[in-house]
Amino acid sequence: MTTTAAATAGISAPAEAGSKIPAVIPTVPRELPAVVRRTLPNGLRVDVVARSSVPLVELRLRIPFAGSGLVHLAEAELLAETILTGSSRYDRVGLATAVHALGGSLRTGVDADRLAIVSSALATSLEPLLALIADVLTTASYPDSEFGGERDRIVEETTSALSQPAVIAREALVRRMFGDHPYGSAITPPSVLSEVGAERVRSLHGARVCPDGAILTLVGDVDPERALDAVEAALGSWTGTAAPGHPPAPVPTAGPILIVDRPGAVQTNIRMGGRALNRSAPAHPALRLASTIFGGYFSSRLVSNIREDKGYTYSPRSSVDHHQAGSRLTVAADVSTDVTGPALLEILYELGRMAVLPPEAEELEAARQYLIGTLALSSATAAGLAGTLSGLSGAGVGVEYLRDHPRALATVTAADVQAVSAQLLAPSGLVTVLVGDASKITESVRALGAVESA
Amino acid sequence: MAAPSYPVQRVTLDNGLRVLLAPDRTAPVVAVAVHYDVGFRSEPEGRTGFAHLFEHLMFQGSENVGKAEHPKYVQAAGGIFNGSTHPDHTDYFELLPSGALELALFLEADRMRAPRITRENLDNQIAVVQEEIRVNVLNRPYGGFPWITLPPVAFDTFPNAHNGYGDFSELEAASLDDAADFFDKFYAPGNAVLTVAGEFDPDTTLELVQRYFGAIPARPVPARRSFAEPVRAEERREALTDKLAPRPALAVGYRVPDPDTDLPAFLATYLLTDVLTTGDASRLERRLVQKDRSVTAVSSYVGTFGDPFDQRDPLLLTLEARHAGDSTADTVLAAVDEELDRLAGDGLEPGELERVQAQVASAILRESDDALGRALAMATFELHRGRPELLNELPGLLSEVTADAVAAAAGALRTQGRSVLELRAGAA
Repeated sequence: MTTTAAATAGISAPAEAGSKIPAVIPTVPRELPAVVRRTLPNGLRVDVVARSSVPLVELRLRIPFAGSGLVHLAEAELLAETILTGSSRYDRVGLATAVHALGGSLRTGVDADRLAIVSSALATSLEPLLALIADVLTTASYPDSEFGGERDRIVEETTSALSQPAVIAREALVRRMFGDHPYGSAITPPSVLSEVGAERVRSLHGARVCPDGAILTLVGDVDPERALDAVEAALGSWTGTAAPGHPPAPVPTAGPILIVDRPGAVQTNIRMGGRALNRSAPAHPALRLASTIFGGYFSSRLVSNIREDKGYTYSPRSSVDHHQAGSRLTVAADVSTDVTGPALLEILYELGRMAVLPPEAEELEAARQYLIGTLALSSATAAGLAGTLSGLSGAGVGVEYLRDHPRALATVTAADVQAVSAQLLAPSGLVTVLVGDASKITESVRALGAVESA
Repeated sequence: MAAPSYPVQRVTLDNGLRVLLAPDRTAPVVAVAVHYDVGFRSEPEGRTGFAHLFEHLMFQGSENVGKAEHPKYVQAAGGIFNGSTHPDHTDYFELLPSGALELALFLEADRMRAPRITRENLDNQIAVVQEEIRVNVLNRPYGGFPWITLPPVAFDTFPNAHNGYGDFSELEAASLDDAADFFDKFYAPGNAVLTVAGEFDPDTTLELVQRYFGAIPARPVPARRSFAEPVRAEERREALTDKLAPRPALAVGYRVPDPDTDLPAFLATYLLTDVLTTGDASRLERRLVQKDRSVTAVSSYVGTFGDPFDQRDPLLLTLEARHAGDSTADTVLAAVDEELDRLAGDGLEPGELERVQAQVASAILRESDDALGRALAMATFELHRGRPELLNELPGLLSEVTADAVAAAAGALRTQGRSVLELRAGAA
């Protein structure tokens, strides 16, 4: 199947009359990238885009990997970390040597939704690269000689990660938002990791590293039909059946402000979170604009207020992130310990202002053009386009999003932004977590809402 | 060897501004970058962190642009922007839809001609920079390790050894006069490179560049200082305790050849870092992580922030490792020495050099697919080496590096006095 259509939403930001600031020439709409698709009999969907800007090919494979419980999380983490340590044709060093000889890179990652294989190579090396990846997918052996040492190493690295305040804050926030749902933890406790044996990871591989439901995205200097034939030749005999996905994520309830004590901390990591809308929801474009105006870019209210006016923080921000079983809104600011109360007050004020008043026309327009423009920037390189398309594919969204989302953004009104903000940005509905020196911040924070300690 | 082949044209305006134009049609985007030939190695004693603070001040408004309006104009045009401070330069850049090129040129020219810095904005940005330092250094384990903490072990002179983020008291002492002096001295058009890469018409763009930048008066350009320090023969070793770190860590600094006087040896040292620590097949990954299991992670790189072409001599090859279990610095250092000696004595394995060259060439291609990546690479090649074409030539130059040269680069690390910094885990 081939999808081709012209993008129509353009960019225009006319300068004010009499201003010396040069006007921006509207971008001429471009053709959407042509996606050539084939779904193999084993269920693997393959999307290919020819892009010849550099003689490389970018490869992104997403394998659904939902599961519940910390044990699944630990097994999945160790699988992703050790899948490249041995197969029928290669040992660990041999595999790395072969990848580099192709001018290539190959790495893996896992989260609550998917196992990802991210790779690239000289475009002329696509076939050997696919053969090598097929070998890993179908014969990864998790050799005992590698596994124990790698597990110990991951335990150490996890221990180290858990000392980072940003990681502590993220864990506390998702725990509070999602509880026992698989989204309630993003990092595996070292004690759980250290109990996992190689045989459990081999068994997980057999059950879950499957073509059914997996999506492979290729972007690069390739002929699409020939690339599809090469994929079919390499991966056509890969077998397995998809497992069920997650139950829907629970809708977070606000509750009291949670303070995680980190004695002596010179900053407080402020995190807030709540439900968001997925890409197919009618109000999703309005929500992205609301988040952008509030804290999604440098020109936002949050940055203007607590950074550029008050100097409380370096990089305050908000974002809308999509996950299989529910999208989420996150607000983050790392602020000096002694201004924790005042900074939280301003964040609550700016959220409240979004919820009860419509944005100014000028701020709405700026945010709109930013989202339209940066969507185009994100697909301006082969690697960027591969990542963008792969991310969309996991949510069941096609390349048309690159055309339709700008169109949808173009029609959002200030009233739409206020309406969605009232629903999803109102501070009364958001979970709040603070990681900082409780003895120094609790009193001022308590003035702004009920507090509980971790 | 696959290599990029981006055309680049260099023009110098009457006021001394060097202009690089690198047009191509790979995507409807354009990158604009201005690189000033001043970094934190040039900041005055008593004003540590000033080059970086001044970078923040350049976003605080200029003659025709209000406070924080620079980001607003760029973002409302669908673009992104940033600035960053390096040892030997400070850069400012935008990546935008191609129709916003004139806007970006105007904004960069306005602040090159007449930034507008007030006491209020200076105070505000001192506070913001202090928060940046808290989040990146003071409030996290391993903060500033080793880019802030290794230089004082490796170097003796203020420019090379001091903390480029700055001491809080010295940041707080910064005045408007300091800012005016710094701008006057270092931000002259003749001390800068303007780079445009991506989709644009070169002739029209050159007219715009003349219109916006050509009228900026020329000012004297400071003579480029030498920061040279002798390569030590004796090892130097220090330790610090990171009270937030759960595990000890190790950093080792080695001096590398001057890229301006011995580019082949410098490139061999660059490839050596990949032979040592890039990927599961690399020498130290195999030895330290897979065999000895004495570290959980090891990396090596040339240049303060990992870009070998980002600065001038003197610069370091830095080796970084996180200890596993109860391994000591001495055991890790002994294994590193053994592996370097093996490389220096026995040379490379068959195919080892070729695959490292192939992998680095691909990485260069990937980075240059991005208009902003191209602009930044060409600009630093122009600024530090006088040759923006090095972006296209680099894969070829790297392919000429011989296995003997890489072995010699390994040997050169063994015959000098290295600088060792142990990080002790205060939160173990």
